[in-house]
Amino acid sequence: MAQDTSRPRADRLDSKVPSGPMAERWSKHKFDLKLVNPANRRKFDVLVVGTGLAGASAAASLAEMGYNVKAFCIHDSPRRAHSIAAQGGINAAKNYKNDGDSVHRLFYDTVKGGDYRSRESNVHRLAEVSVDIIDQCVAQGVPFAREYGGLLDNRSFGGAQVSRTFYARGQTGQQLLLGAYSALNRMIHAGRVQMYTRREMLDLVVVDGIARGIIARNLTTGEVERHAGHAVLLCTGGYGNVFYLSTNAKNSNVTAAWRAHKRGAFFANPCYTQIHPTCIPRSGDYQSKLTLMSESLRNDGRVWVPRKKGDSRAPADIPDGERYYYLEERYPSFGNLVPRDVASRNAKSVCDEGLGVGPSGEAVFLDFRDAILRDGRSAVEARYGNLFEMYERISGDNPYASPMRIYPAVHYTMGGLWVDYNLESTVPGLFVLGEANFSDHGANRLGASALMQGLADGYFVVPATIASHLAGRRLGAVTTDHPSFAAAEGDARQRLGALLAVNGSRTVDDLHRELGKVMWNKCGMARNEVGLKQALQEIRSLREAFWQDVKVIGDPHTINADLEKAGRVADFMEFAELKVRDALERDESCGGHFREEHATEDGEAKRDDERFAHVAAWEYRGAGQPETRHAEPLAFEEVKLTTRSYK
Amino acid sequence: MTQQAHNAAQSGAAPGRTEPTMRVTLEIWRQKAPGAPGNFETHAVDANEHMSFLELLDVLNEDLVKRDKDPVAFDHDCREGICGSCALTLDGKPHGPRARTTVCQLHLREYRDGAHIRVEPFRATAFPVVKDLAIDRSSFDRIQQAGGYVSVNTGAAPDANALPIRKLAADEAFDAAACIGCGACVAACPNAAAMLFTAAKVSQYALLPQGQPERRERVIAMVEQMDREGFGNCTNHYECEAACPKAISVTTIARMNREYLRAMLLEEPKRAETSV
Repeated sequence: MAQDTSRPRADRLDSKVPSGPMAERWSKHKFDLKLVNPANRRKFDVLVVGTGLAGASAAASLAEMGYNVKAFCIHDSPRRAHSIAAQGGINAAKNYKNDGDSVHRLFYDTVKGGDYRSRESNVHRLAEVSVDIIDQCVAQGVPFAREYGGLLDNRSFGGAQVSRTFYARGQTGQQLLLGAYSALNRMIHAGRVQMYTRREMLDLVVVDGIARGIIARNLTTGEVERHAGHAVLLCTGGYGNVFYLSTNAKNSNVTAAWRAHKRGAFFANPCYTQIHPTCIPRSGDYQSKLTLMSESLRNDGRVWVPRKKGDSRAPADIPDGERYYYLEERYPSFGNLVPRDVASRNAKSVCDEGLGVGPSGEAVFLDFRDAILRDGRSAVEARYGNLFEMYERISGDNPYASPMRIYPAVHYTMGGLWVDYNLESTVPGLFVLGEANFSDHGANRLGASALMQGLADGYFVVPATIASHLAGRRLGAVTTDHPSFAAAEGDARQRLGALLAVNGSRTVDDLHRELGKVMWNKCGMARNEVGLKQALQEIRSLREAFWQDVKVIGDPHTINADLEKAGRVADFMEFAELKVRDALERDESCGGHFREEHATEDGEAKRDDERFAHVAAWEYRGAGQPETRHAEPLAFEEVKLTTRSYK
Repeated sequence: MTQQAHNAAQSGAAPGRTEPTMRVTLEIWRQKAPGAPGNFETHAVDANEHMSFLELLDVLNEDLVKRDKDPVAFDHDCREGICGSCALTLDGKPHGPRARTTVCQLHLREYRDGAHIRVEPFRATAFPVVKDLAIDRSSFDRIQQAGGYVSVNTGAAPDANALPIRKLAADEAFDAAACIGCGACVAACPNAAAMLFTAAKVSQYALLPQGQPERRERVIAMVEQMDREGFGNCTNHYECEAACPKAISVTTIARMNREYLRAMLLEEPKRAETSV
């Protein structure tokens, strides 16, 4: 790599967490931050990569403040980012239900739900701004569900005992994203945001140790472009598609984050993956992705399997006494609403015991019989109509008549680029927002918290903290003529050329599927040392196979989805190894990272707080070099470290 | 389940679930670049009834790559019917034969073995083909940019419950807001009108109190932009509603027409223009 990047040092892992009482830290920090004078803001160009909830809200908010914003998305329109697929809802500590919710309780639930692997100060800030998010979205005209009195409705969600989730039928992500998109559109129309669609970021440009631009490929013309700015915001989502099959959209990828990592941004906790318990089981080898159904279904649906192995009766013919409502039996106080990791592992364990249902034996029932009897079909339809329809469309079965079949699937990634309290990575000037960063969910994310975090980062956190960089550092003039741009562009072109040059015999999808199998089997819902070590070998040989035998054809100067995929899969092949190494080094179980060697007698995750109450942040040290693992210790001042129990 | 069984399930060895159960013939629109001449290309593909239509195209594309042929370009992403990327017309019907279903959610169980399916992009002057089945829908974005928002800066919002909204109005606004911006309404319309798309957003805000302050300017700006983009006029065929995967109702168009008339005839000219 020809580009000059001064390597970050370990002492840069400074979380910059403010001191003082937890509840006052964010206010204090905002006061302590430098400000950029309104008249000076137009002198700063901010590059925002990705236009999901985090990116669109950040781009719009920064433009409203007066910054010059350039926004980039890989889709034909910013409205198509994968945030749009989130169904269930968004949490906020409004306590509109008078059921004892508060900022402190949302903070507490999130730290506990994350199995004590998140940074308390960040989580507290998230809970604080959650209330402002709802206000903002309502003011934009987001049509949240309402009660007959005209006020906002709430529901409860997995892992919480209060009703703090705001929702818009089963399309909350869509409505929130369209809200952020509308704010972005307003700024595009005002000429304050320049929008670049069908662009993929291929590299980060670092000048004198500071992020000063990106290299992007125009996916329509194949042109490789240089864009310079004073700060870069990565809002590019998670890495779930390393598993090939996940609930992520097909184009979701780790490339922008991974290329930034190779330019000096530490990658934190890549082993943390969330497996969502309520997905539609896969049906065959041609399957291109998995479909999630909102876990709000668990509010009214009851999860069960037959007590008898191989019970071939129709589900409706199996009497209650012969049904194993395993979540209700094992976790009487939370029942079907246990957190996602617990629900997923239990589904796996009953299937491993041979009690699974459906043709593959890899499914459990989610049954609405009792809800329909209790509340009537129309009430159930009002709550979940679109989800039932989606299920019927995909499976061909009618869930009003017979229970749904569900199975866990990879859904969200808690790990991501390491950021400090300002959401700034170890590369100064590079900020990371939303799912792409690691900061708020620890080892497990609670339901309805992803939308909250994406919008918190974009609407409220980065607009305040970006000034620490813009006003706090001397940023000389840098244009795209700088040699660092030429070097990064050269690297990107060389890589594209290399992919086209292999001309082997295996398709990109074929290799990606194989990688996915390794990851799912050895670094999925449950992991162990032997499997992880095998996975390291398998990934290395698969990576070799990729570069020797991949077949990418077609013209690089027009839409070439094959070439796009190849670049992304090549990065997944490298990222996968880091993910497995992280899982291997984290010799404990916590949240979504379940090491079979570390389980309680009940089969629950057993943490090792002595050795692992820290964030693992990995430093790239050049091709072929092992990455260096750094640790950021986590201090728990407010929430006492206890073993999670949802019994 | 044993590791072995688990592997088997991962690799799709579940009995009878992966073998081809049918064979379909696709007649697919190929076009190298915007404005270039295009033609239909015929391919027979082995399929399984549990496949989605886009998975069928995946199978075809993997096969084309193996045979050194250029794969078919098409837009897609979430494959859950919500992102609005996919935009295929099957046998003349945008999104294919199943009502209220995007083509990514259309499964081959809708077709018989031996079916012959004609696959085209959504056709409209305002949606030029980029390549094969991929089209340029930036005209839709520009309509939204013209006025599809409430002008509220981040941080300026009052408490969310300070403004009660009738549940029925909120629900109706939601129905309109469910639009995914796919463009099926335009492709289905004999005039290639974008009335349903534009009306959905106009309706959402017209129904909500948040939308009232800019009600007049919004409808005028969005309708004008729609006309500038080269979309046709509505002549009440209702094909748009029939093709809409989210069942957006044509009553939104009636509402937009009322809003537009009201804006043009019944209100004062823009105060801003006279006072600045």
